[in-house]
Amino acid sequence: MDTGTFRGIITGLLIIAFIGITWWAYSKRRKRDFDEAAHLIFNEDDERPNRDRSVSPSNESREAASGQDDSRTSKGDKNT
Amino acid sequence: MSTALEHPTYNYKVVRQFAIMTVVWGIVGMLIGVILAAQLVWPQLNLNLPWTSFGRLRPLHTNAVIFAFGGSALFATSYYVVQRTCQTRLFSDKLAAFTFWGWQAVILSAVITLPLGYTTTKEYAELEWPINILIAVVWVSYAVVFLGTIKLRRTSHIYVANWFFAAFILTVAVLHIVNNAAIPVTAMYSISLYSGTIDAMVQWWYGHNAVGFFLTAGFLGMMYYFVPKQAERPIYSYRLSIVHFWALIMIYMWAGPHHLHYTALPDWAQSLGMIMSIILLAPSWGGMINGMMTLSGAWHKLRTDPTLRFLVVALAFYGMSTFEGPMMAVKTVNALSHYTDWTIGHVHAGALGWVAMITIGSMYHLIPRLFGRTEMYSVGMIAAHFWLSTIGTVLYIASMWVNGILQGLMWRAINPDGTLMYTFMESVEASGPGYIVRLIGGIFWVVGMLIMAYNVFMTIKRSEAARQPIPQTA
Ligand code: HEM
Ligand code: HEM
Repeated sequence: MDTGTFRGIITGLLIIAFIGITWWAYSKRRKRDFDEAAHLIFNEDDERPNRDRSVSPSNESREAASGQDDSRTSKGDKNT
Repeated sequence: MSTALEHPTYNYKVVRQFAIMTVVWGIVGMLIGVILAAQLVWPQLNLNLPWTSFGRLRPLHTNAVIFAFGGSALFATSYYVVQRTCQTRLFSDKLAAFTFWGWQAVILSAVITLPLGYTTTKEYAELEWPINILIAVVWVSYAVVFLGTIKLRRTSHIYVANWFFAAFILTVAVLHIVNNAAIPVTAMYSISLYSGTIDAMVQWWYGHNAVGFFLTAGFLGMMYYFVPKQAERPIYSYRLSIVHFWALIMIYMWAGPHHLHYTALPDWAQSLGMIMSIILLAPSWGGMINGMMTLSGAWHKLRTDPTLRFLVVALAFYGMSTFEGPMMAVKTVNALSHYTDWTIGHVHAGALGWVAMITIGSMYHLIPRLFGRTEMYSVGMIAAHFWLSTIGTVLYIASMWVNGILQGLMWRAINPDGTLMYTFMESVEASGPGYIVRLIGGIFWVVGMLIMAYNVFMTIKRSEAARQPIPQTA
């Protein structure tokens, strides 16, 4: 096999891998998982509410529990 | 610092150390940038001493801003983000402390050896072999701490920011080790394993991916955590972030040859670099749009929140420099821009506009929280800093565009008989005004950083004073 063919094959494989990843990322089945992942950064019990209270209604309920965060392992979206 | 500041779960000590050093090295690195800018206006400022000459201070500037300032910021934010999104403490406190002290030792040795004239002559990899070994050891420890923490995570997902940080850490390890492969000759002198065109190719494979993974992927990790956090909105599209990640990783690796247009590098490699650079626009803008759209419905926050403004303007500059880059990678454009100040302008659109602004925005979010608060001492000072940085960046890049195009056109201008229309010196003289404007832009930046330092100092001081009555807010 000459270098040109080899490069062509590599390029082809990369394109297929990329399309595969895109397909996987945009499949309906992943949606819930991804929503959960996107909200991961808000599952924090130790944060005090931000200055801009009007747009962060979700913070009030969490002030009490701080420190012992054992219960935080399986997290859904607390924000909705 | 008192133990009252200690978080019950997370290791914030190392994050605090790196965060403070980010501000310190930011000031040092940019101050050296200002000195360089001044030397280009008044060459006498090199003082006729070897240690303060432009050629020795220049690598000191790039090492200080990229590795000391940018590096400390990346260590701080990656350790913070990985703990919070994995909901677990760092893999090893001892090893994390080693990365802090090791990294500061690397920086100090750069501050000493570069002005003394020790250099491998490879751009962005100037440090000599003993320091390179220390860098490799620190970096591998960093990888162990970071990946070890991900392994210990108590969440099922690995949040996207961690993917970017992990890619940055692993790639930089490989780049550093391959590019610095050398045979030591004496204690402070070594000879590269590569020669000729291969050396150039390896160097710019390294150089470009240092941009792609150090100055881009790492800071995108920052973006994916701090933009949604500060906007209090989840990232616009998590799916897009995954596609963004893989596309960026796959394409960046191949774009390096655009630094070697019209050289001895084979023509096919140059063309490949050019095509890959143009394709690179897509994932870059995908990431920028993902960050920007996170603010939809929250744009009004920009009016009151200068921290968010830093983060968003950083994204705008990221979009700008990743549009400019592919354009400059086109061979005909590069024929004009290469060797001119246009490249310098592009560098700082990325370095000041993107890297420094996203860092500063992240620090303004991070620092109060590390010291048990949610706000900096003065929001007004953040706003002042924001305007100084934005105007400083615009002055810098606008003057370099003008200079760059001026130089490019003067160098290629030819008389009817085929002789050059201008001498090189004439193009240097024509660049004078631009250098003055750039210097002013740089001074704006340094003043902004000093305001930041004061604000950070007061935040820490106030937090320590306020500690006693409310010990439960860790
Ligand atoms: C106050 C802010 C700054 C000023 C005044 C400044 C000034 C300068 C100057 C005068 C040069 C040399 C240009 C030449 O050789 O003609 C330079 C190069 C460079 N600076 Fe800065 N700089 C600043 C901030 C930064 C920051 C924050 C970064 C990175 C995060 C950075 C990265 C670089 C790089 C990578 C180069 C080398 C460019 C190349 O070789 O093409 N600078 N800077
Ligand atoms: C799609 C993205 C980008 C592309 C295709 C790109 C392309 C280029 C090109 C063509 C050059 C000029 C090479 C030459 O003529 O010598 C260059 C230089 C440079 N770019 Fe970019 N760029 C991109 C984004 C960025 C970003 C976001 C940053 C940084 C923060 C950055 C930092 C640099 C640096 C430091 C240099 C100077 C290298 C040197 O000669 O020392 N670039 N880039």
